[in-house]
Amino acid sequence: MSQPQATETNDIAYCRSDFPALHQEVNGSPLVYLDSAASAQQPDAVIDAVARYHREDHANVHRGVHTLSHRATELYEGARDKLVNFINAASRAEIVHTSGTTESINLVAQSYCRPILQAGDQVLITWLEHHSNIVPWQLVCEQTGAELIVAPINDRGEVDRDELRALMTERVKLLGIGHVSNALGTINPLQEIIAEAKQQGITVLVDGAQAVPHMTVDVQALGCDFYAFSSHKMIGPTGAGVLWGREALLEVMPPYKGGGDMILEVSFEHTVFNELPYKFEAGTPNISGTIGLGAAVDYLQSVGMQNIFEHEKHLHSYMVSKLQQVDGLHLIGTARDQACVQSFRLNDIHPHDLGTILDHQGVAVRTGHHCAMPVMQRFGLPGTTRASLGLYNNTDDVDQLIVALEKARQVFA
Amino acid sequence: MNATADKDELQQLYRETILDHARKPRNFGRLAKATHTAEGINPLCGDKLHLYLTIDENETVIEAGFEGSGCAISMASASLLTETVSNLSVAEADACFAAVTQRLTQSASDGELVIKLDLSSLKALDGVRAHPSRIKCATLAWHALHAALSHSQTSATTE
Repeated sequence: MSQPQATETNDIAYCRSDFPALHQEVNGSPLVYLDSAASAQQPDAVIDAVARYHREDHANVHRGVHTLSHRATELYEGARDKLVNFINAASRAEIVHTSGTTESINLVAQSYCRPILQAGDQVLITWLEHHSNIVPWQLVCEQTGAELIVAPINDRGEVDRDELRALMTERVKLLGIGHVSNALGTINPLQEIIAEAKQQGITVLVDGAQAVPHMTVDVQALGCDFYAFSSHKMIGPTGAGVLWGREALLEVMPPYKGGGDMILEVSFEHTVFNELPYKFEAGTPNISGTIGLGAAVDYLQSVGMQNIFEHEKHLHSYMVSKLQQVDGLHLIGTARDQACVQSFRLNDIHPHDLGTILDHQGVAVRTGHHCAMPVMQRFGLPGTTRASLGLYNNTDDVDQLIVALEKARQVFA
Repeated sequence: MNATADKDELQQLYRETILDHARKPRNFGRLAKATHTAEGINPLCGDKLHLYLTIDENETVIEAGFEGSGCAISMASASLLTETVSNLSVAEADACFAAVTQRLTQSASDGELVIKLDLSSLKALDGVRAHPSRIKCATLAWHALHAALSHSQTSATTE
């Protein structure tokens, strides 16, 4: 591997100053935040958009004739328009606001799969999946008598394409697959995999939680049927997210939850459901979170997704080259195409001990199973330490990680 | 906090006793003649251990052992436990559970115990107090002890 220079290759370093949480000391050292895959920090633009809404524009959406309700609705629906553009949806009817990736996937499991699955049918996932792309399918399989089947991965943490292809039979009604693995950073070759699934007539849901903050996502180019992601992984607030679905599929799916806002007309005998996407947005939604998500989209697009991708790719290469120089460090997840996530082990130090020692030096990393226990089992590990990067990280952060790891080696020498 | 204080706090947590017990856990392994066992699971961390106790007709713990995997804190704590409760009465052993959980979760060192015990060997765990996220690691084995003493076969969790 070539050794990247310890310099920035593009000009998004200015971003860092926009994220107030990064500018603090933790345990006596400047914070080094390397846990964006768990949740990303938010820029002033997002924090201010949410605060401004609360201070000036708050009211319920889609309900009032008064000015504040109108403003709130404009902001909330404006976020939907931004998201249409952000992932290249065909229309705003295809953008369903949810509480996050988990709810988006559960919505598809219950509203798309449950009515069509029969005993003998299969739902196909891969060994790389986050629990949120495993458990909803397990539940719907139990409810319908269908079977959950899992495509294996290789020692680099890549999906075994031959095995995956072999599992794509006419019994499979849905493939649920992550765009980027949260535990190992593997970027799946989605366009090829989706094309193969489509040849078999298989509906494809993509868990895009770890992809959307880091690269340009075009759902129409991907060719999938559903794409789920969360606001808080993409520098927006928690509790908001998106289910994108093809309009033709969403149209025939029954509502996921019943309540206000998802209806046109209600009597005790009958309810006429609202049009898309409101059919899937029962109850007062997370208005402020969604407005914050809209501001996050604006921010990411102003920086440029391609710039972010290149910045993070460079930084990941730099991090890997530095980690490989740490005595006793073992990389977990070495896919040929990898996003800005790196799992590793250091000697036989348990990840939680390592996490505590790093935290003492201001370095925030994730330790444990990363909500992907099967991945850990695959590598025979109880967990790993994971450093994940965002647009605001720089080579200094990586250098501080390395210093902190050397300290951990000394403590456990 | 300055760098020196930070270093001291780390040393308080990972004292030599802790590192020694984590590297060379005492009484590690299944006890074939165990009369009481319990499983301890810390779902957040993935720490998992089995505690084995052999209790004789006089209600005395004549042998304690454990097996499992987890962080240095959880393994060292389990190792220290097996040394502490051996040759104690069931009542005394259970009092240890109360004493340790109290010791780690409250600022008071020993509190008021019904039974007077010398727990000085457990001072090594005191550094955990400054680390709220790690207290569950340290108390896991002791929760398993309490569960094992309460029932002959059971499972304990720190959640």
